[in-house]
Amino acid sequence: MTIKQLSVFLENREGRLEEVLNTLKEEKINIISLSLADTSDYGMLRILVEEPERGKDALKAKGFSATLSDIVAVTLPHKIGALQETLHVLYEAGINIEYMYALCTTTDEAAIAIKPSDLDKAVKALEAAGAHFFDGLFK
Amino acid sequence: MIWNETKECMSRDEMTALQSKRLVKAVNRVYHNVEYYRKKMQEVGVEPGDIRGIEDIDKLPYTTKDDLRDTYPFGLFAAPQSEIVRIHASSGTTGKATVVGYTRKDIDVWSECVARALTMAGIGRGDTIQVAYGYGLFTGGLGAHYGAEHLGATVVPMSTGNTKKLTTMMKDFGVTAIACTPSYLLHIAETLEADGDIPNIKLKAAICGAEPWTEQMRLQIEEKLHISAHDIYGLSEIMGPGVACDCQYHKGLHVYEDHFLPEIIDPKTLKPIAAGETGELVFTTLTKEGIPLIRYRTKDLTSISYDKCDCGRTLARISRFKGRSDDMLIIRGVNVFPSQVEAALLEMGETTPHYMMIVDRVNNLDTLEVQVEVEERFFSDEIKQLESLTKKIAHTIQQAIGLAVKVKLVEPKTIERSMGKAVHVIDKRKLV
Repeated sequence: MTIKQLSVFLENREGRLEEVLNTLKEEKINIISLSLADTSDYGMLRILVEEPERGKDALKAKGFSATLSDIVAVTLPHKIGALQETLHVLYEAGINIEYMYALCTTTDEAAIAIKPSDLDKAVKALEAAGAHFFDGLFK
Repeated sequence: MIWNETKECMSRDEMTALQSKRLVKAVNRVYHNVEYYRKKMQEVGVEPGDIRGIEDIDKLPYTTKDDLRDTYPFGLFAAPQSEIVRIHASSGTTGKATVVGYTRKDIDVWSECVARALTMAGIGRGDTIQVAYGYGLFTGGLGAHYGAEHLGATVVPMSTGNTKKLTTMMKDFGVTAIACTPSYLLHIAETLEADGDIPNIKLKAAICGAEPWTEQMRLQIEEKLHISAHDIYGLSEIMGPGVACDCQYHKGLHVYEDHFLPEIIDPKTLKPIAAGETGELVFTTLTKEGIPLIRYRTKDLTSISYDKCDCGRTLARISRFKGRSDDMLIIRGVNVFPSQVEAALLEMGETTPHYMMIVDRVNNLDTLEVQVEVEERFFSDEIKQLESLTKKIAHTIQQAIGLAVKVKLVEPKTIERSMGKAVHVIDKRKLV
């Protein structure tokens, strides 16, 4: 019910992001979605790739600080209020959202990736509410 | 003007005789009152009787900061606590402070030395002086304060921190002299300049110290403020500010040799070297009662001249400092060793031991950035976690060195690994 996200610590230096992307390209690892959080000194690149483990190893071999984190992704129908309803489930369960970003899908549905404060609790609450977990495109 | 002509203009023979007499007394004092020194002397087979004058100085063992640390806090004191009237302390290399104690007579001697320095800068009883060194355990504030009072000047104990208040009082009180770090004085000058207040002040002289500065910076201060700026040298182990100061000719700093016997040694061979050659400055306190130190290695590199100065003083002069024989940095007047930062990081365990200290001077104030590599296992994909880690590292370093730092997390293995001695400091301040 959870998926592996590849997180990469990036210093704010020219070319660092490009080097990450180049490494993945050379390893022929497809990127499904990404989000980039920035601070004044560094950035945090969060990516969903088809082969997370291999992606992590490839990046670490190039000296990047890369880790895998478990997150949860759910699909959402294209209708008003769909996101709110999903988040309401987490809110009711007393779960905080550390970060969240939209996912790229090839279907008619939208999807979001969520890092909840309590992953197990979040999965259970979403399951109980009948949410559809997203696991498309992973090899 | 010369504050104490008898002492400051003595012939070399008279000075040598006075120093010799005082050295014998000082050696006896430490031998009989300080167990640590007695053992140190016994180890090299020297007894007080072997020291008949300053020509015998090289028979005596050296003292280093490590000795002060090993005997923390009061192990090198040569006077009972009932005679100690003041304690000062500076940060040490392992978090332990270097502690010094003063008897009433020590405070008198110190005040006399600072009064001599102020007189060299053309400051007298008619002057109003702002002491803008930090007051407290640091010797700068109280040292300059007591000396200025001894001189008979009007003292405004500003301490540091509020530049606006300082410049306002400088104008309103008709302040004529200031004692502070040179970088702070430049900052004050720029504040005055920005407010268009340079024509509204009566400042004529400054004595600056507690950090290294260049002749160019001294001239820049003189030009900006239309004053005479003087370099005052000192270190808490020996006394505090007022061990040496330059006169109106600015051809080196006159050492108050009747109280502090200077030597220049080769920091590698530890052998004395000839006058005029650059080496490490070593001091023996000749009159100190609280914590007399024998051949204390300052680690400051300089050369010495015994030529008579145009000002009339015969006191030996040390040249502007040429660096240090260790890796100590002076940042905003605070002594910092890279090893302190390293120890703090290792103790935390959340970073690799690889770090880089970037020292810079922004708007004439020193800044310290510490770049650290984050250990893989403490790495988080949450910015919140990384920020709290950054704060924790900054706090730990600050506790260790007593100075606010900016911590920057960097990618693993990006801090340069050097072969042999690692480079941990990039000092961007343009000095020397």
